[in-house]
Amino acid sequence: MSTMTMSRPAAQAPGRQNSLAGTGTLIRFMLRRDRVRIPVWLIVFALVPIGTLSSFAEAYPSAADRMATAQSMNSPAALAMLGPAHYFADYNSGSMLMHQLFAFTAMAVGLMSVLLVVRHTRTEEETGRAELVRATVVGRHANTAAALIVAFATNVVLGLLIAASTATSDMDGITTSGALLFGAAHTAVGIVFAALAAVTVQITGYSRGASGMALAGIGVAYVLRAAGDVGENGLSWVSPIGWGQRTWVFVDGRWWPLLLSVALTVVLTVLAVILSTRRDVGSGLRQARPGSPAASDLLVKPFGLALRLHRGMLIGFTVTVALLAVAYGSIFGDIDEMLGSVTALSDALAEQGGVLIEAFLSMVMLVTAVTVAIYAVLATNRMRAEELAGRAEPVLALPLSRTRWVGSHLAVTLLGSAVMQLIGGALLGYFAADATGDGALFGKSIAAAAAYLPALWCTIGLVVLLYGLRPQWIGLGWLVPVWAFGIGYLGNILGLPTWLAKLSPFGHVPEMPSEEFSLPPVLALTAIAVALIAIGLAGLKRRSINVV
Amino acid sequence: MSTNSQPTSGAAIAVSGLTKTFGPTKALDNLHLTVGTGEVHGFLGPNGAGKSTTIRVLLGLLRADSGTAKVLGGDPWNDAVALHRRLAYVPGDVSLWPNLTGGEAIDLFARLRGGFDRKRRNELCERFDLDPTKKGRTYSKGNRQKVAIVAALASDVELLILDEPTAGLDPLMEAIFADAINEVKDAGRTVLLSSHILAQVEALCDRVSIIRQGHIVESGSLSDLRHLTRTSVQVETVRPAAGLESLPGVHDLSSTNGKLHFDVDTDQLDGIIGHLHGLGIRSLVSQPPTLEQLFMRHYGEELAEATNGSSR
Repeated sequence: MSTMTMSRPAAQAPGRQNSLAGTGTLIRFMLRRDRVRIPVWLIVFALVPIGTLSSFAEAYPSAADRMATAQSMNSPAALAMLGPAHYFADYNSGSMLMHQLFAFTAMAVGLMSVLLVVRHTRTEEETGRAELVRATVVGRHANTAAALIVAFATNVVLGLLIAASTATSDMDGITTSGALLFGAAHTAVGIVFAALAAVTVQITGYSRGASGMALAGIGVAYVLRAAGDVGENGLSWVSPIGWGQRTWVFVDGRWWPLLLSVALTVVLTVLAVILSTRRDVGSGLRQARPGSPAASDLLVKPFGLALRLHRGMLIGFTVTVALLAVAYGSIFGDIDEMLGSVTALSDALAEQGGVLIEAFLSMVMLVTAVTVAIYAVLATNRMRAEELAGRAEPVLALPLSRTRWVGSHLAVTLLGSAVMQLIGGALLGYFAADATGDGALFGKSIAAAAAYLPALWCTIGLVVLLYGLRPQWIGLGWLVPVWAFGIGYLGNILGLPTWLAKLSPFGHVPEMPSEEFSLPPVLALTAIAVALIAIGLAGLKRRSINVV
Repeated sequence: MSTNSQPTSGAAIAVSGLTKTFGPTKALDNLHLTVGTGEVHGFLGPNGAGKSTTIRVLLGLLRADSGTAKVLGGDPWNDAVALHRRLAYVPGDVSLWPNLTGGEAIDLFARLRGGFDRKRRNELCERFDLDPTKKGRTYSKGNRQKVAIVAALASDVELLILDEPTAGLDPLMEAIFADAINEVKDAGRTVLLSSHILAQVEALCDRVSIIRQGHIVESGSLSDLRHLTRTSVQVETVRPAAGLESLPGVHDLSSTNGKLHFDVDTDQLDGIIGHLHGLGIRSLVSQPPTLEQLFMRHYGEELAEATNGSSR
């Protein structure tokens, strides 16, 4: 009886209201589930401006120091990595903060938003929990609406916190209105990618796929603005990160580019709602099609199974790395043009032209290697995912040793990451050589890519070690790409000591072609990788399976 | 009772003194279990009694804290790969790869194990009415279970370890499963069947072990165990049966409409019937002991303890 009385109000309510029934309860439920996660993200974001500004105060005490930095930053590599040259017009502490940090923090805000939305929508459906919720008095759009409201509200709070944290600094160039715009620029990026994730979770039935698509969107936005900032060709105007950067915060601030973000957010939200009505709960837009009734001869070998399980991720990341290389490769033409105008001015700079190109190549190679490292960590985590899902157990109850099982996954991961890295190097080298007319760059680029392989093996080795000895801590493997990128990216800006970079295997890779190749670190990294994998395997042989 | 039967060398499974703790929880507590070659052995117990933990030790997936276990004469931890060639396993909750079809999963399991019979595999798919072209994520629980059952039955192995294999199967499929297990038994293979469906165990198993809180509390053939249980009797006598409750082996005596109801220990049945005969029997209905009663007797006590507020 009680259930009947409870369902009556919803049943009587007409159409539109009906589809949002229960949204408020779901919002409270999501906030309850994220009561630790969201505050941690917010606190970290709030600390970043204060921390960065105080390190600026030490590293660049005077305006002259900042001018010198601005001049050194006016290179294709730095522009592609950080942001447009307009900020050099008034390189005060505030505009320096925006120019050097925003591309990075904007991607992190996007990451937070995507993970938040996917976690509360597709993951819930995939695990079947959404079915239980939807069977109660909850409208069709309530879950999507609640997830987006939580994501939007989180981004608004995040923007305010960033603004407040920035405004507390009394350094030159920091104004309250500028700080507010700085925070709002972050909010604008966050809501776009939250809405994008709301769309991708409608398309695919897998949370991993939905996150992957939305995160690829962030990557595309970053690369487009990189190409636009170097080439001055308007590409930055199709990137939400580019819109944020075009607010010229702390230089001659303007709010209107953020309207583009708001408009795109509305469009994506409407699209998500339309798509969500065209699919069933638990499935994506694409219906599952029947497949092969029998396994191929390859699939029934451990390596074949691993290859099949890794296929989607392998293809997705290879395409991402290839696109990254093509996008960056195409920037070389712009660099060449830019340098051409410079060389007319001075012969000394002409000599530097080659150096700048090689520095840019080294920088792009680091970005490529970190992307491949993200793949390597994800792919190595696959074994743990298989174990937690209960799929490792029946496989290990077959006449298949744990070493062979791990070996099959590792073979795919090691080969896959090497192939990706070399494809990235080759494509980048091809475009660089083509654009600059310097054919030697092709070989240099491939060699530079290959130099990163031992560091990638070390990354994989660390995850295997954690998996074998302390599977609960396997998430620590993420420290390697995060550290490599964070330090490689922020280390120079913040003037951090070089030993910090040396904590990561990536800090020991010779940054070719800017640096000379050096054999000892390559050999040492390879030896460490072998040792890490061996210890991890020994640990796995000793421990119980399905340890949660 | 016959719990501490010593492991014999000819047994397919011989477990002795097995103990396994997970943090503060004692999952297995000095467990002894013997499964003879060629028998279908029922492994009974409620949720959380330690059935799956025992099975996962037997598969070499879990390492026991102490005690010994032998499977087909080998050590399940050290000889895992060699042993797994000779056994097949069906987990209680089968998870399949979302992007592999059921047919691919069956082939994967059966062919990696070796000794795979494609004709038998196709025949089993038909018998269990399983569509092998569907992707893993589109199967219902029962159909996922069928995938694992078909893969196990299609393999030419000596030992089948089945952990609540019919959970999620409909009654029709359960009957087909029972037929298939009887064929396995006729072929002389050994089966360890963990279950809490008592009728299924009664129908299929030669011997039964009952586990409770990580310890085997009863073990033996079904007739041995029946001997330990009580027969329900309903009787109407010419002369009033006074003093019946004071006779040995009589329990839960009650009377309605002049008819007496009571349970009697099966080994005391002869004496009681003799006594009733002296009173002149008008009608007599007796029900043989079921496994369910035995089971309820063991776990009923546990329930009573729990409701009395004693800590677990």
